[in-house]
Amino acid sequence: MKITKIVELEEKANKVRQGILEAVYNAKSGHPGGSLSCADILTVLYFNQMNIDEKNPKWEDRDRLVLSKGHCSPALYSCLANKGFFEIEKLKTFRNINSNLQGHPDLNKVPGVDMTSGSLGQGLSAANGMAIVGKMDKKDYRVYCILGDGEIEEGQVWEAAMTASKYKLDNLCVVVDNNNLQIDGTIEEVMSSYPIDEKFKSFGFQVINIDGHNIKEIIDAFDVAKEVKGKPTCIIAKTIKGKGISYMENQVGWHGKAPNEEQYNIAVEELGGAK
Amino acid sequence: MDEVITNLKLKEEKKATRQSYGETLVEIGKKNNNILVLDADLAGATKTNIFAKEFPERFFDMGIAEQDMIGTAAGFATCGKIPFASTFAVFAAGRAYDQIRNSVCYPNLNVKICATHCGVTVGEDGATHQMLEDLSLMRTLPNMTVISTSDDTQTKWMVEEISKIKGPVYLRLARLATPIIYDKNQKFEIGKAIQIGEGTDATVFATGVTVSEAIKAKEELKVEGINIRVVDMHTIKPIDKDMIIKCAKETKKLISIEDHNIIGGLGSAIAEVLTESYPTKLTRLGVKDTFGKSGKAEDLMKYFGVDKEAIIKEVKQ
Repeated sequence: MKITKIVELEEKANKVRQGILEAVYNAKSGHPGGSLSCADILTVLYFNQMNIDEKNPKWEDRDRLVLSKGHCSPALYSCLANKGFFEIEKLKTFRNINSNLQGHPDLNKVPGVDMTSGSLGQGLSAANGMAIVGKMDKKDYRVYCILGDGEIEEGQVWEAAMTASKYKLDNLCVVVDNNNLQIDGTIEEVMSSYPIDEKFKSFGFQVINIDGHNIKEIIDAFDVAKEVKGKPTCIIAKTIKGKGISYMENQVGWHGKAPNEEQYNIAVEELGGAK
Repeated sequence: MDEVITNLKLKEEKKATRQSYGETLVEIGKKNNNILVLDADLAGATKTNIFAKEFPERFFDMGIAEQDMIGTAAGFATCGKIPFASTFAVFAAGRAYDQIRNSVCYPNLNVKICATHCGVTVGEDGATHQMLEDLSLMRTLPNMTVISTSDDTQTKWMVEEISKIKGPVYLRLARLATPIIYDKNQKFEIGKAIQIGEGTDATVFATGVTVSEAIKAKEELKVEGINIRVVDMHTIKPIDKDMIIKCAKETKKLISIEDHNIIGGLGSAIAEVLTESYPTKLTRLGVKDTFGKSGKAEDLMKYFGVDKEAIIKEVKQ
């Protein structure tokens, strides 16, 4: 069942954020900042855009998603759990020794995960491979790949960008989660990947700039991407790291840290009350 | 499979295993549409161009971008395809190591990495292109099967066989043309080494281009009344423990020889088995923790001690 109403998608995104919080809080580790920044994008994909079947995760004709910024697995897991691939309660086992919810996504352990990721820069290549096969086998599935704005400092991303363009992968849509922060500081300070849009444009992509927290803009961008022919699309989503939990917003310190009990309670409150 | 090959004579004809690989790709490509081939701007050298000519729509030249090539192959494999990715060994196992580790081996994807131009037998290109650490790097990866073939017959069989088994495989291939060793009807099995000769004076464990060198050494030593056996270790992982222990029990001396650094490769793999199961002295011949250099392949084999002379000298010591 696809959700089409904006307000319902906003509610769903909030649920996804609650799941991210539960996962990271219970694990006492993980990456909340970047998970929260891509939560709206992933929510739109999993609840409005992607053609998937939670009862048949390996369905051959499904749309695929590669979370190349694999450390933001809490966002992916929370979407999958809310979608019904597994129980929401399981999010609390994130990073636990007995859990299948690894720190970074593992396609063999978690239903709904289409590609193992974690070592940054590798996901777009795999997404290209899926998109090439889709074209070769005349399937009409689409492939989505979520990159971080720090991640695109990895050279392999640009090797893969050339490949996407060479093979005219109009069934591929890349999203750059442009929250402007990486572990050691801002993107500009550490190793600027700007201008991101000009770079992808020059690599042969159709580029769309959006506010990555505006549900309507996100939907419209994915809809536009579907109509583009002969080239891949890259959506540059301007986002806020830590979005939705006030003290985490735009704070580089919340890249890879779990909240303590007091902070957790504040976050629960901000995300709409107790779970 | 446990039979010993006795009357083996090296054939007159020489062929590089990369050539056998390219030819076989076409054969298996005819039988199975799911076989896709990737290269990184070296199709003429790795011989994947033979496949490219026959099946252009199933051939992907990824440019000089080995990391992306491995990642794309991984993506193919998630969709049920059987990708064969080729480039020189140094750019596959070396440059794209992390992609092989994290995008292929950890998710246990059905990607076949067939790397040519291993060892000092690359020749004139010199150290930057002579991969001497790939067996070491690849055999340490969980889920990976590591194979290093010695001749045309074996390579052809192996390329077809790895297309049928599930999971990541690293196949090590050579640039240098070496004698054909086996008859066309020779039987092989992944993980089962091949014993050539029944001599008990020494066992020479060899792999890749050093197998024919070991057979030459065996023939020359026979004239002097020294009887050795050669064991073709075409599978480096999983290693044939039974064969290693059997030879340790039956022969007076154990020697390994590889066109690879003696650290981490065939010799190390054998030493690991011996240490745990049947402690025996083993002499490791190969490149001794150094980089290669430019020169003619045959001259380099002599220079680095990966030829028949090195074996003969060691057996006689």
